[in-house]
Amino acid sequence: MEKLRLFGRTRDLEGQIDVFLDKISESAVIFKLAVQVYLKEGPNGEFGEKLNAVNAMESEADTLRRDIEKALYTYTLIPDSRGDVLGLIETLDQIMGLFEGALWAFDIEQPDIPEEFRPGFEKLADMVVEAVDALVLGARSFFRTPAAVADYNHKVMLYEKEADKISTRLKKEIFGSDIELAHKTHLRNFVEHIDNVADWAEDVSDRLAIYAIKRTV
Amino acid sequence: MDPSIIIFLTSGLFLGWALGANDAANVFGTAVGTKMVRFGTAAVICSLFVILGAVVSGAGTSHTLGKLGAISALPGAFMTALSAAIAVYTMTKAGLPVSTTQAIVGGIIGWNLFSASPTDTKTLTTIVSTWFICPVLAAVIAIVVYKGVTLTLHRSKLHLLRTDAYTRTALILAGAFGAYSLGANNIANVVGVFIPAEPFETLSIGGLFTFSSAQQLFLLGGLAIAVGVATYSKKVMMTVGSELGHISPVAAFVAVLSHSIVLFLFASRGLEAWLASKGLPTIPLVPVSSSQAVVGSVVGIAILKGIGGIQWRVLGRIVLGWAATPLLAGVICFIGLFFLQNVFGQVVN
Repeated sequence: MEKLRLFGRTRDLEGQIDVFLDKISESAVIFKLAVQVYLKEGPNGEFGEKLNAVNAMESEADTLRRDIEKALYTYTLIPDSRGDVLGLIETLDQIMGLFEGALWAFDIEQPDIPEEFRPGFEKLADMVVEAVDALVLGARSFFRTPAAVADYNHKVMLYEKEADKISTRLKKEIFGSDIELAHKTHLRNFVEHIDNVADWAEDVSDRLAIYAIKRTV
Repeated sequence: MDPSIIIFLTSGLFLGWALGANDAANVFGTAVGTKMVRFGTAAVICSLFVILGAVVSGAGTSHTLGKLGAISALPGAFMTALSAAIAVYTMTKAGLPVSTTQAIVGGIIGWNLFSASPTDTKTLTTIVSTWFICPVLAAVIAIVVYKGVTLTLHRSKLHLLRTDAYTRTALILAGAFGAYSLGANNIANVVGVFIPAEPFETLSIGGLFTFSSAQQLFLLGGLAIAVGVATYSKKVMMTVGSELGHISPVAAFVAVLSHSIVLFLFASRGLEAWLASKGLPTIPLVPVSSSQAVVGSVVGIAILKGIGGIQWRVLGRIVLGWAATPLLAGVICFIGLFFLQNVFGQVVN
């Protein structure tokens, strides 16, 4: 029966790409929830569950990425845009790595975040997740409506700028406070762990803009 | 059957081989060059449909070539086809794009001049005018098709991978249509000059089908083209794919389809009869150059995307090649016939 499906391989691959993008959106939501849990309750069991969930998603996304890359090369699909699609998928995959890395750092180093900085951390995580969401939407539209990619990229840029403002303000507040210098630098590392995700999302959206232009020309 | 027939037919078969090696690239070159279709797939489809087109619809254009010069003696036909084949081979070696149509027309005129036969100027004008109409028509069709295809793709919001899959299928279908049209339109170039000499006897298969001398020639010519496709066209396809510069798979499909439509228009007796029945002006059944058709199509797409994409020097070289081919074939034919008649003592007309 399998062989009788018209364009079956293409549909399967389209499905795999969609699932891969779903994994990134889902991991962004779980990341946000994990940061919220940590800020409210510290590194408890619920935080551990969220960390494990992001880990599992990252592994699944890795497997999907390899399968997609293998299929694109084995069946010499989209010869014109293959390099771009591979580049996009690989750079998107790294976002999940950044989420995972940040949550592992929370779990291993267990930073003590004073009450007054918690809203800043929460806002920063929210903004980073917004940037990633917009990026995933942009990536989805690259496959179907490349002309719409520019709209999503604009949003990614906006959220990244906001995230930068929040992280700068947060760092100033941390270094302006009375806590120990070692504690300050420790907290700064965590601001950067989270903010890096938005920076990376912006880098990916810059590449995506070029890929989309190449498709619309 | 006289064994000398086979010897005289070799020049036509050589020309068929050259046509297969060169013109298959016009049909599948962009598809294979852009890696959308494998060479093996392209070669099998191309060979099959070229033979089919030649045997089923090859008669229309052959009739027109026959009017230009009815070469009644086999040695004369041999030299005409040989001069065309040498011209094609020389031009290809010189790196100039070449048309077998123009080569064979040059050869026939060479024969007419040598044998002091009058050249039917009306037919000649019709043929030569198609050399200008063909690329222009291909460009116009390419513009319309490209606009239609891109608009449909834009509106349908197909996934990139689905577009890719559909384009591959479309390239294979358009390629098959192109190969059929190439066989129908260009078989006259390969064996057309041998038809008036009627080298074969009509075969009857079980009393049900008759296989005329012309159809046997078309089959033989089709097979020669298929051998050319299988043995030598890969290199030319890769060159066409890369020389044209960057061409998207969708543009490649449009180029192949437009080229095929033009070749079909100039070969279809059915269409001619239909137009005539409606009282509309008919399209002359003339062997046109598939190279001109594909170049016209690509230029049409380039015009639509902005004229900056055209390399005028390359285009100039192509046009120069078109002018030089019939001249070269005519001169070779004239000199060759002189030797064939006076040195080898053959009757050439």
